[in-house]
Amino acid sequence: MNPVLRDAVMQMVPFGSRVLDLGCGDGALLAHLQRHHGCSGYGVEIDDANVLACVKQGVEVIQLNLDQGLSMFGDQSFDVVLQIDTLQHLRNAETMLQETVRVGRMGIVTFPNFAHWPNRLSVMQGHMPVTRKLPFQWYDTPNIRVATFTDFLAMATKNQLTIKNAFGLHDDGVVRWWPNARAATAVFQLSALTS
Amino acid sequence: MSLIASPQSLLFEQPLQLQGGGVLRGYQLTYETYGELNAQRSNAVLICHALNASHHVAGEYANQDKSQGWWDNMVGPGKPVDTNRFFVIGVNNLGSCFGSTGPMHVNPDSGRVYGADFPVVTVEDWVSAQARLLDKLGVAQLAAVMGGSLGGMQALSWSLQYPQRIRHAVVIASAPNLNAENIAFNEVARRAIVTDPDFHGGHFYAHGVVPKRGLRIARMLGHITYLSDDVMNTKFGRMLQSGQDFKYSTQEVEFQIESYLRYQGDKFSEYFDANTYLLITRALDYFDPASAFQGNLQQALASAQAQFLLVSFTTDWRFAPARSREMVQALVANQRQVSYAEIDAPHGHDAFLLDDARYLSLVRAYFERILSETPA
Repeated sequence: MNPVLRDAVMQMVPFGSRVLDLGCGDGALLAHLQRHHGCSGYGVEIDDANVLACVKQGVEVIQLNLDQGLSMFGDQSFDVVLQIDTLQHLRNAETMLQETVRVGRMGIVTFPNFAHWPNRLSVMQGHMPVTRKLPFQWYDTPNIRVATFTDFLAMATKNQLTIKNAFGLHDDGVVRWWPNARAATAVFQLSALTS
Repeated sequence: MSLIASPQSLLFEQPLQLQGGGVLRGYQLTYETYGELNAQRSNAVLICHALNASHHVAGEYANQDKSQGWWDNMVGPGKPVDTNRFFVIGVNNLGSCFGSTGPMHVNPDSGRVYGADFPVVTVEDWVSAQARLLDKLGVAQLAAVMGGSLGGMQALSWSLQYPQRIRHAVVIASAPNLNAENIAFNEVARRAIVTDPDFHGGHFYAHGVVPKRGLRIARMLGHITYLSDDVMNTKFGRMLQSGQDFKYSTQEVEFQIESYLRYQGDKFSEYFDANTYLLITRALDYFDPASAFQGNLQQALASAQAQFLLVSFTTDWRFAPARSREMVQALVANQRQVSYAEIDAPHGHDAFLLDDARYLSLVRAYFERILSETPA
């Protein structure tokens, strides 16, 4: 996993947190949080190969389709719920965002920022962007919910979420100035307004 | 060089108080072991069997063709549960018909064969008896207890009855209790046996007969429920047993599926005991650890300390994935360490006994994890 993204996430996760990592992939982030940050918890994955990879590296993993929701997990039952580059694959992205802050006292959501300037350039030239962060052709992309930094901000506001932190990430680190155009990855730290 | 298995038996003099109120004054357990118990006695794995299996989990018997254990694809040298590294124990449960004390043995109280008088045994009773076997084998704590279906229920029960005596529980294609449909299937099977004129109220041994008709029908019914619709259609479809044309007969075998089920039923009725079938299906029906907690599974599993691996199969409608998810949910709510895989296999409930690369790799990886945590 990209170390810039990993480190940015780790800075927001309190030491020793109980973590639920939605779309945890091969479990690398959770393994890192367990080993170096005193965390415990579970990854959620749909892909067989990733489930196996998690078991191999000692990460507890629960094989579930996130489009079926998080009804298995209780309200506020985790310190942190992670959605690291998962949102763009979810049919019910808005529901899952609500679920993230229901289950977690804190949610951390990252996704590819579609308004990053190379993507804008690509569209202005008449093509859907194909980049390192968005490496797929439009006809075979698993990214069914492409959004911009600003779009997400609007949805979070509509859902009355508290945004504790919002910034962009690029290869060399955090992007705080004009992330909607300057960052490949959008990062949001959220909680339910009431908490 | 394949693994050569040899069954052993131990006698237990100390009476076993049963959950249903009865007492087994003395009893015998038949078991097999594979691999070596290490110096720390930390690498023991107990395999629990389901309805019609036995202590013969792995390997084969010397000079006996086709005598592979029922989970030989899972357990053995270099297999996912590797007997080069783990000391694996298979044990025949009480009430079964493969060596451990059961209905065809003599009741010391009456001097007659138990038959229908064999006391009703539960999953919890089996686990208590298994624990005594481990005492005799010098195993204070299991690295893991593992089972599929009814065997998975025993693994779950281990985690509740002896939370300190197991480090891992591997619960495959199982459920925290049977639903009404499952009990219904069991009841039809039992009625088929009990209403067979050769059953003689369970004392058929004295009459020199076996209620084979009932056993056949019980097995045919069970077999249907272990398969999936898709697999049955792929394997048999509407294919006829012979020729291209219907015989227009109501009683002859017409379709291949009929022939297959009759064959399975015949085979089963040759080796399985009718009273055992009744006892084991009842043990399935009764298992319900949440019942002592007003049905609250989360509370029921609060005493479990083990780490868990649960596996279900998408086409298993007898022990559906939703039932495994109930257990996962309860374990997560108790903040237990648990991993769960839902294998997209076509074979229905039977999938837990079959070769599926994803399933076997997962169990292998999990046991490697267990080994890495095991004091050597």
